[in-house]
Amino acid sequence: MSGAPYITAMRPRDILMPVAAGLCCKPGGFHIDPVRPVERAVITHGHSDHARAGHGAVLATQETLDMMRLRYGENFAGSTQAMRYGEEIRLGDVRVKFHPAGHVLGSAQIAVTCKDTCIVASGDYKDAPDPTCAPFELVPCDVFITEATFGLPVFRHGDAADEVKKLLASVALFPERAHLVGAYSLGKAQRVIALLRQAGYDAPIYLHGAMEKITRYYQSRGIALGELRPVKGVKKAALAGTITLAPPSATSDLWTRRFPDPVTAFASGWMRVRARARQRGVELPLVISDHADWDGLTATIAATGAGEVWVTHGQEDALVHWCRSRGLQAQPLDLVGYGDEEESETPLADEAEA
Amino acid sequence: MNRFAELLDRLAYEPGRNNKLRLITSYFREVGDPDRGYALAALTGALSFKHAKPALIRDLIAARTDPVLFGLSYDYVGDLSETVALMWPKTVVPDNDQSFPGHPSPPPSPTRGEGAQRDAGRRTNKTTDNDFRSDGRTSLSVPSPLVGQGGGYSGRDGNESSQARNHNYPPPPTLTEVVTTLRTLGKTELPRQLERWLDELDETGRWALLKLVTGALRIGISARLAKTAAAALGDKDPHEIELIWPGLSPPYLDLFAWLEGRGDKPVNRDPAPFRPVMLAHAIEDTDFQNLDPADYIAEWKWDGIRVQAVAGRDDRGHITARLYSRTGEDITGSFPDLVPSLRLPGAIDGELLILREGRVQSFNVLQQRLNRKVVSPKLIKEFPIHLRAYDLLGDDENDLRELPFAERRERLEAFVNKLDDPRIDLSPTVPFADWGALTAARANPASAGAGEDADAVEGVMLKRRDAPYLPGRPKGQWWKWKRDPHIIDAVLMYAQRGHGKRSSYYSDYTFGVWTEGEASDELVPVGKAYFGFTDEELLQIDRFVRRNTTEKFGPVRHVVHEPDKGLVLEVAFEGLQRSPRHKSGVAMRFPRISRLRWDKPPREADRLETLEKMLKADAAELEA
Repeated sequence: MSGAPYITAMRPRDILMPVAAGLCCKPGGFHIDPVRPVERAVITHGHSDHARAGHGAVLATQETLDMMRLRYGENFAGSTQAMRYGEEIRLGDVRVKFHPAGHVLGSAQIAVTCKDTCIVASGDYKDAPDPTCAPFELVPCDVFITEATFGLPVFRHGDAADEVKKLLASVALFPERAHLVGAYSLGKAQRVIALLRQAGYDAPIYLHGAMEKITRYYQSRGIALGELRPVKGVKKAALAGTITLAPPSATSDLWTRRFPDPVTAFASGWMRVRARARQRGVELPLVISDHADWDGLTATIAATGAGEVWVTHGQEDALVHWCRSRGLQAQPLDLVGYGDEEESETPLADEAEA
Repeated sequence: MNRFAELLDRLAYEPGRNNKLRLITSYFREVGDPDRGYALAALTGALSFKHAKPALIRDLIAARTDPVLFGLSYDYVGDLSETVALMWPKTVVPDNDQSFPGHPSPPPSPTRGEGAQRDAGRRTNKTTDNDFRSDGRTSLSVPSPLVGQGGGYSGRDGNESSQARNHNYPPPPTLTEVVTTLRTLGKTELPRQLERWLDELDETGRWALLKLVTGALRIGISARLAKTAAAALGDKDPHEIELIWPGLSPPYLDLFAWLEGRGDKPVNRDPAPFRPVMLAHAIEDTDFQNLDPADYIAEWKWDGIRVQAVAGRDDRGHITARLYSRTGEDITGSFPDLVPSLRLPGAIDGELLILREGRVQSFNVLQQRLNRKVVSPKLIKEFPIHLRAYDLLGDDENDLRELPFAERRERLEAFVNKLDDPRIDLSPTVPFADWGALTAARANPASAGAGEDADAVEGVMLKRRDAPYLPGRPKGQWWKWKRDPHIIDAVLMYAQRGHGKRSSYYSDYTFGVWTEGEASDELVPVGKAYFGFTDEELLQIDRFVRRNTTEKFGPVRHVVHEPDKGLVLEVAFEGLQRSPRHKSGVAMRFPRISRLRWDKPPREADRLETLEKMLKADAAELEA
């Protein structure tokens, strides 16, 4: 430190601090993924628990801004500014840079640097390949803020392509039945479709109404998903032997009656645990996750070289313990309001029917 | 073993009975002897070897993983075998990379140092030479602006690569190998053998192995279903298998030979075999409109233990008598005082009760005789056992199960008369002309023939006059109509994660009622309930618990419970008894959540005095 003796070094907590509204960057004058309306918000990705309407100014990737517009309408924020991956901007006393998080299309990690200290707020991320979004980029930093959705060593996700093979084998085995795949409408659904195409499945894939808008948006960004059809209005008999993507909540309600003897699948990292699959009445669990699994979380934390790790939403305890047992400073961040996107997904506006 | 594990895994998720049958039958067809025989034994619970204690499994995983991480994982998954199967780290055969797979550990630095950069670089290089990982994973065309600068990083390289590189794993064991090894294996050799198998099997295989060796193979299929699937192999009636089953043993080579037309039908030599029990459906109000009272016979549903008492002659003409639980478990040893009364060949379906001076005692009293290792003369004297007969399944050599119930009932009356034993009597029928009369009888059994034993009546049973005795729970034949349970409103106080089906949700609830405290009213816990709610309600309570936790004590969450803040649960239960072990002084029998009272503020929940009044009304039978 060569600074004047009266300037003390920046403590990480002086740069980013958990408050009721979310992660607050005081020297930069903004919040990251705030859960309440704030003046200036920096948003990691478009899932509804991270991207909310009603902020003054929003800084995010173009894709995230577009998704917020799709979900909340034109006036979702006072003003917006799009950032590209690798682009850096100065906000107050800090520098903010966006890096791909590999979670969903447009998802970003946000590196906040103040003086010599760099904190990376990774939002939700995964280090596994995904044909529908830019791959996760490792950002060396001093403090790494990691999610912990699957922060237990029992979560090992394996290769998503093998899970899609399982689905296709079932379709071949039960040609008289419809296959209904529950998948979160932003990200997971498009990834499953892309994986099906990679596996050589070229028949039309059917969509629940709540998936259409966002999936068309993916296509408009150049993601090749093959022929997609709305399932609405299709005759029951015509759905035998087909695959339909639907929000997880729809796979257990009356809506499924339009399908011939449906096989209910669910694409989610939670499917790794049997009880979770059974609780949902899933017949064909597909372990496909858009979050890093245990090995991914721990490998990423180690590779960032961060000496300090903040752990948010999910199974914080285990990951904090793992970090500490490896000599890293680690603490849970008490942020509330994240992680519910998987449990209570709200359909995009005006698409509730179908 | 992996093939059997795959079958179990698919069965666990398949809800449809016919699809389950198809899966099992096709397994029997595909897999040869003796593996399929041991599979049938596993599915019917007929395997016998000394089971591994859960403590042993815990030791195995403790030797390979961090105990805190294991504890947290177990708490989340809620199932020991599954937790171990999922997190089991295989022994890594050393290769060039000395670091633990998946976790290259850079020196942690308080500030970002060169270590991190170097490490990131190394990882990137590694990804490129792991060519098997990129198979089928080439990206679809993604517009260039989306692709970040840091492409090519893959966080994982560990487990799969080390496995793929290692060609030295022995082939996974067969089911036969596992079962026969377990039969003869010495206790001290078991841990190392298990460890070897766990290394050799895949995740599903590990799960099935652990379930098998701990004797906890519950996969939602009945022994009956497995036998039906076997019967389908030879187009036989499953009933035929049931009849010969008690004389068969794993790996059932003679059974499969017969089913495939390669051998004669095996003969059952057991003189006192168990017959699968017939069960009733709970009746709903709406069911009555479709039922004709004239088609049914009603009888009391006694609050005891359903048993099957069987006696038969062996080859030398001697009588063998056995008492079976409703699941077919031989419980003769716990009730030696009943055996001398079973001296006529036949099979009675009835209820085990305690009778004192001709009066039926409550279930609480009967409980004193259950699960006893030693049955002392004192116990026998103080808790005299009694069999109340409902049905007759066999009379000497004759199988009566195909006869209509009305006819079996006549035979039963004759049989019990002939037996003429003070320990065995007939459960009386309840005469009724219409549903109104039966409703009145159920509401007041004392006035409808149950007399002084009315307290031991749990409800009424309705049996179709023409119903044959069918195993399982056939539709529309037998109905049970329980008396209304007791109900109170209590306040949720603590929650714990459940196990098994409910794992990872807060599904075990401790609830309390108000009582006078030192300064003001306070809640005192009166019971614990794990079920009664729907899956939807479980999600709601789980969410409530997570959002309203005030403190954590280990796995227990202290949930807000103040006069104005908290969740009121309507709790239904069957009975109350005094309990010095509970702070409240009362214990409930069979408590369950019957409704969520989101509408009710906790201050309006019931008070302990209400329970004490119920207790008095229930009468303190234990002292009788």
